[in-house]
Amino acid sequence: MTTDCKSAPDSFVAPHVAELPKSGIREFFDIVSGRKDVISLGIGEPDFRTPWHIREQAIVALEQGATRYTANLGMPSLRQAIAEYTERSFHAKYDWRNEILVTVGVSEAFDVALRAVLSPGDEVLYHEPCFVAYAPLVRLAHGVPVPVRTFRKDNFRVTVEELERHVTPRTKAMLLNFPNNPTGATLTKQDTEELADFAIRHNLVVISDEVYSELTYEGGRNSMAMVERLRDRLIFLNGFSKAWSMTGFRLGYTCAPAGITDAMMKIHQYCMMSAPTISQHAGLEAVRYGDNDIVEMRESYRRRRNFIVASLNEMGLDCFMPNGAFYVFPSIQSTGMTSRDFAVRLLNDYAVACVPGGAFGSCGEGFLRCSYATGMDQLKEAMQRMREFLKRG
Amino acid sequence: MDPLLDLLKKNARESDAVLAKELGVSEQEIAERISAYQKDGVIRAFQAILNTNMVESTDVHAVIELKIRPEREGGFDRLATRISRFEQVESLFLMSGGYDLLLFVKGKSLQEVASFVSARLAPLDGVISTATHFMLKTYKDQGVLMEGDADDDRLQVSP
Repeated sequence: MTTDCKSAPDSFVAPHVAELPKSGIREFFDIVSGRKDVISLGIGEPDFRTPWHIREQAIVALEQGATRYTANLGMPSLRQAIAEYTERSFHAKYDWRNEILVTVGVSEAFDVALRAVLSPGDEVLYHEPCFVAYAPLVRLAHGVPVPVRTFRKDNFRVTVEELERHVTPRTKAMLLNFPNNPTGATLTKQDTEELADFAIRHNLVVISDEVYSELTYEGGRNSMAMVERLRDRLIFLNGFSKAWSMTGFRLGYTCAPAGITDAMMKIHQYCMMSAPTISQHAGLEAVRYGDNDIVEMRESYRRRRNFIVASLNEMGLDCFMPNGAFYVFPSIQSTGMTSRDFAVRLLNDYAVACVPGGAFGSCGEGFLRCSYATGMDQLKEAMQRMREFLKRG
Repeated sequence: MDPLLDLLKKNARESDAVLAKELGVSEQEIAERISAYQKDGVIRAFQAILNTNMVESTDVHAVIELKIRPEREGGFDRLATRISRFEQVESLFLMSGGYDLLLFVKGKSLQEVASFVSARLAPLDGVISTATHFMLKTYKDQGVLMEGDADDDRLQVSP
């Protein structure tokens, strides 16, 4: 039997999927994986275990047989608790009956949000450097991702000036992610107001991924959900992974006007049915009784951030003090190396893994993402090794 | 609580240089504040928390509930202070509820602890009754798990 190259399995893959680039993080993961001696500052998830009372509640749910589907939107009790949480945290009122959708992590939330609002060819503004999934998810929804650069001089806040240069009549939506992965940048109240005005001026939908919002360190949180006049066009995304160290539970949610929520629910019901039931029970415990967990973890992250920023600046790597998430984004431009060279040599010679900034968009080149979701002992050792690396070159 | 004390409670061996960076103050200030706390008696001691299950030792640990008669002057304090001076007593607390004092006691053997109770504690003027419970195994001590969660099993690099 002969195999016509036309019928080779690869040829069955849809072109827009075949063309998706592999994540730069994935490439780095392959280099690191298998090595045992490595201290990794490349991890995008909390190092804390899920607080015990939350895990315990998941066990109880399992014991009681909570193993069936829930309502498509999610358990009513969880949606009510999310509505209360969103009101007390962001002063934003959402009706749990028809404005909140429980999803499989914020990743799914993002996907259904995009698919609910985009028609083929619609342009979507998003700021770089950013989480690696945004542009691919826009493409998978048949939209056109339009990157907008952010800069060290602005502490990586997205500016309306830069957005204005990329908006066109085809622009349908704007994606925001603050506190930001990978830079740790946050928005000021004035930023949220200006971004809201921009969205209204150009009649855009705003999809705001605020999964790191509980990890804001100084001066209180500024959320797009706090801007009342944006409510009709805002899809607010949040989740449990970062606030309560629940990454493996895969639990997130959307808050949006009923019409949009209904559209997202349609997609969700066909592709997911409902978020994992045991996870929903765990999430209910977290959002009801987990305020103290956050206080303690946040304080611990804040001190590590102080330590790592002071250490990096001391060794000559310019690093701004980020106000959110658990990443710092130092510049390595003074070394004359590319981000990738720097990261690969640091890994090979000193066994410290960081992610090259270029993995998060071209304007991340010249920077490095270092996660401080790692214990102090490891952080200290990593800083010591980086110091030696810079000294010896 | 002063965040410095909080950090020291988590790891008393942390260097002044690291504490300084975490709290955003100078190394010298850290050193001065710690010695002031020691001088004022706020910091009483620095100790290691051991996994006693792994340390070779024949020491015996017991918890003792004590009912005592309060005194007209000074309530429980005089007798409690007196009991706390015994070297066998590692911790002592005044409690609400069914008894008055809770003691954590250490001895070289079962007999030593037993004779401490019968010969030293019980005969004390003001002691009404004792109830002694021997400790068998430690699972958690002062907030530290003796057998922690499994190793870090996160992916080494993730988005």
